[in-house]
Amino acid sequence: MREKILTVIEKNSRIDLKELAIILGVDEAAILNELAAMEKEHVICGYHTLINWDKTGVEKVMAMIEVRVTPQRGMGFDKVAERIYNYPEVESVYLISGSFDFMVVLDGKNLREVSQFVSEKLSTLDSVLSTKTNFILKKYKDHGTIMAEPPKDERMKIAP
Amino acid sequence: MRNPLSKQIVEIEPSGIRKFFDIVNEMEDAISLGVGEPDFDTPWHIREEGIYSLEKGRTFYTSNAGLKELKIEISRYMERKFHLEYDYNHEIIVTVGGSEAIDIAMRAMLDPGDEVLIPQPSFVCYPPCALLAGGKPVIIELKEENEFRLTAEEVLAAITPKTKILVLPFPNNPTGSVMEKEDLEAIAKVVIEHDLFVISDEIYSELTYGFSHISIASLPGMQERTITINGFSKSYAMTGWRLGYACGPREIMEQMLKIHQFAIMCAPTTSQYAAVEALKNGDSDVEKMRQEYDGRRRYLLHRLREMGIECFEPYGAFYMFPSIKQFGMTSEEFAKQLLEKEKVAVVPGTAFGASGEGFLRISYAYSLEDLKAALERIENFVRTLKREQ
Repeated sequence: MREKILTVIEKNSRIDLKELAIILGVDEAAILNELAAMEKEHVICGYHTLINWDKTGVEKVMAMIEVRVTPQRGMGFDKVAERIYNYPEVESVYLISGSFDFMVVLDGKNLREVSQFVSEKLSTLDSVLSTKTNFILKKYKDHGTIMAEPPKDERMKIAP
Repeated sequence: MRNPLSKQIVEIEPSGIRKFFDIVNEMEDAISLGVGEPDFDTPWHIREEGIYSLEKGRTFYTSNAGLKELKIEISRYMERKFHLEYDYNHEIIVTVGGSEAIDIAMRAMLDPGDEVLIPQPSFVCYPPCALLAGGKPVIIELKEENEFRLTAEEVLAAITPKTKILVLPFPNNPTGSVMEKEDLEAIAKVVIEHDLFVISDEIYSELTYGFSHISIASLPGMQERTITINGFSKSYAMTGWRLGYACGPREIMEQMLKIHQFAIMCAPTTSQYAAVEALKNGDSDVEKMRQEYDGRRRYLLHRLREMGIECFEPYGAFYMFPSIKQFGMTSEEFAKQLLEKEKVAVVPGTAFGASGEGFLRISYAYSLEDLKAALERIENFVRTLKREQ
């Protein structure tokens, strides 16, 4: 049941509980219990909103930064990651296989803010060996959702 | 000038509610629940194969019966889904949609005066196809109390010495009805006893809920007397690609192939390449869509019952067939008024045969948001009707 609930709310976390119960063919109380349990277990980590900031006039700059680090003895990468992800301007941090170690996604007001963060905060961490900043120019798809407006229903209105 | 027209074609009646359809299709602001095709786009990897095939310049005819690669994939599919073995070389023809398969099957099997048993409500093409093939359609009226399944008694009652073919349209458009194994076994017994042939239109076979579709050809003694028709339109959301297929005994398929060869040549090449990809790597797409339909199905049924509209629970296709008998209107009147007053389009049950009187076909090939919006309007309409009663 968990998987079924998650599949639906991953795409629409605002779905009405009653509706969700009908769609899944289970009762509301059972769903409510599962949701509470999954929140507690941190399976569900939040109910965020996917925003296309480009359409709002609010200025934002995003960058993906490739970071190479020296893992710390006994702590591996986790300790270093923690030092990075605690900065509020860091949107996400992934440990990556391949030619670098972390992919850090930064959310800033403008170019200067982002580069300042990289040069003053990120690069100066003891374990950070090098960084490579990639600014995001345009976002086409995020969280499985295409940013462009969906095409109209072009089917004939009625047909046998 | 002489009359340019064939008497036979002139005598075939156009669908009586054509006018109604035309009005709806012209109406800009109507919300429709009247469509008989998936709302999903064809999965991208399948479209991509179509594009690649064009880029590679694969723009020629294929062999008449279809690409060898595709026929092999179809035979594998029939085996893994329905435990049916077909020789891809002689027992499978790739057609222009399921409809062409229905047409050529009838033309290959009927002599003048042969009778074709057609259960209704069902898709509109069977009676005209039978007529055009020189046969005589004999309608079996399916009953609501049987949840619109076909029973052996009904078949028996319609059989005459001239009966040759039984059309089996399940999972059913427009009722959403499915046939379970016991239902099919009873039918198969009658078919074998009376030496009939079956044209089994299984275009919705992937869309069943809580049951796995069973192909009647897989029952003992049935494969040799069954043409199984299927296609890509509904399962892979590929209606516009126009691609279906027929599987059946070599003897019949050889004759069908002649008609196909002279009338069609071959199914569209681009579509055939895309279909190979669909069969090879499309199972998870089908499952995703099926689950989505299933959720909408539950929601729609719940809402209809909530507003006091009777409906049996359908386990197949993407249609619901609620009864509107309590409102004392014909299906067509109801549909027209619903369109005029609330701008919601549904299809009157009579579009699928006289036995559809008193019912509506509501399609749930729509997003949940669209369904919700339309159902609110229907609720309004029903509330007004009940107040007036």
